[in-house]
Amino acid sequence: MDFLAQHKPELLPGNRQLPPTQGAIEAPHGTTIVAVTFEGGVVLAGDRRATMGNVIAQRDIEKVFPADEYSAVGIAGTAGIAVEMVKLFQLELEHFEKVEGTQLSLEGKANRLSTMIRSNLGLAMQGLAVVPLFAGYDLDRDKGRIFSYDVTGGRSEEHGFAATGSGSVFARGSMKKLYREDLGEEEATTLVVQALYDAADDDSATGGPDVARRIYPIVTVITEDGFRRLTDEETSEIARSVLQRRLEQPDGPRAALL
Amino acid sequence: MSTPFYVSPQQAMADRAEYARKGIARGRSLVVLQYADGIVFVGENPSRALHKFSEIYDRIGFAAAGKYNEYENLRIGGVRYADLRGYTYDRGDVTARGLANVYAQTLGTIFSSAAEKPYEVELVVAEVGETPEGDQIYRLPHDGSIVDEHGSVAVGGNAEQISSYLDQRHRDGMTLSEALKLAVQALSRDTNGSEREIPAERLEVAVLDRTRPQKRKFKRITGRQLARLLQGDDGDASKDATGVDGPADAADAGDTEEK
Repeated sequence: MDFLAQHKPELLPGNRQLPPTQGAIEAPHGTTIVAVTFEGGVVLAGDRRATMGNVIAQRDIEKVFPADEYSAVGIAGTAGIAVEMVKLFQLELEHFEKVEGTQLSLEGKANRLSTMIRSNLGLAMQGLAVVPLFAGYDLDRDKGRIFSYDVTGGRSEEHGFAATGSGSVFARGSMKKLYREDLGEEEATTLVVQALYDAADDDSATGGPDVARRIYPIVTVITEDGFRRLTDEETSEIARSVLQRRLEQPDGPRAALL
Repeated sequence: MSTPFYVSPQQAMADRAEYARKGIARGRSLVVLQYADGIVFVGENPSRALHKFSEIYDRIGFAAAGKYNEYENLRIGGVRYADLRGYTYDRGDVTARGLANVYAQTLGTIFSSAAEKPYEVELVVAEVGETPEGDQIYRLPHDGSIVDEHGSVAVGGNAEQISSYLDQRHRDGMTLSEALKLAVQALSRDTNGSEREIPAERLEVAVLDRTRPQKRKFKRITGRQLARLLQGDDGDASKDATGVDGPADAADAGDTEEK
């Protein structure tokens, strides 16, 4: 192994050149992920659709995961690679915590994720990009924070709200008009469902609430008390009330003109 | 060139065992007990920073008596082993039995290798099951043997006396408070038979609580909650987040607690 690594490193499994591809590789993709901060925490939510080209690959995929007790990751991009990245990320946080006896700071977690995304740059250039959204409760500052990433691992903190994935443009527009600084937890969870509805409305790769199959977005809340994923009953209730209002007003709530 | 004196292998091993036992005996004892909802670890530990007990994995806890730097080394090795196993296969594939075997191999190799001094440690690896019948407790002495224990186990300086005391009084299905009080009684008996008081601040207590809703069952008990349990009020550990230290053990999701 060592000899090979010195003389012919390109023969080692990790260093092999990837074969050139014609066009994008067909693998399941996501998604729209949205996050909103509110007083006392942060909400991270995602739709449930995975697409492969024009086909819906999965209707009930889960794209929002707890990273540890006080943070969560929502993934957009190639599902297989993203899920693996999250698994490794969860492992690293838990491992650090057990070995050191203390948790990483929220900044530390965000930086670690940044490095992991950067290490995927080669595959990203082949069309297998992963662009997550990271949200967590900062115990040192006592507030919820959101970090967004680009494909090179560039990290930026978002204030108020953020979105990633193919429907993010529409979700962001929606949240821009609905977001207020004094949101409570319940309003914040409704807001993310509204934003996901708007994203699904205009983006074919984002799924809206599926009443017939009872598939609703995954909504998670992180506060001082830790990570909590809303139960199916809770999310279905929010989604149904949003849906009910949209029957009268298909474009959703109207913001004031001035 | 000088010829080394001939020492018979039996004598060499006996000397090494004697050395390790003396080292362990210098450390304070700790006890591990089964109770109705899990396994409790109790020990006297004046230090807040250096823990005797720690979490290895979801259902697995670790306790050690002896030299800190040596067992800390083994603890980190165990965490690494468990995390790697769980990542490669599945979280359910990490078992206390597997971990105990790895520890036994390591300790055994070090004990019989002439190049190294034997480790002055005695470990306990415990796994909490879905039911009390599924609980597993393994004791690993310094020489790399494994002892499968039930009910209660004591390691450290005064271990023999404490474990005979515990054997007589421990029964299945004790509440956490009862088990904790019994453990403290056992620990506060000195070698010469006299008793002394161990204040709550000097106790290190942790539980593997099968009723915890999270997949990680390990939790430290400190502060007010510990004081309450020692007084006999059997507060439900899984429903109580007060005085919990360490982020892993922080507030159970969905719990509300007065601050």
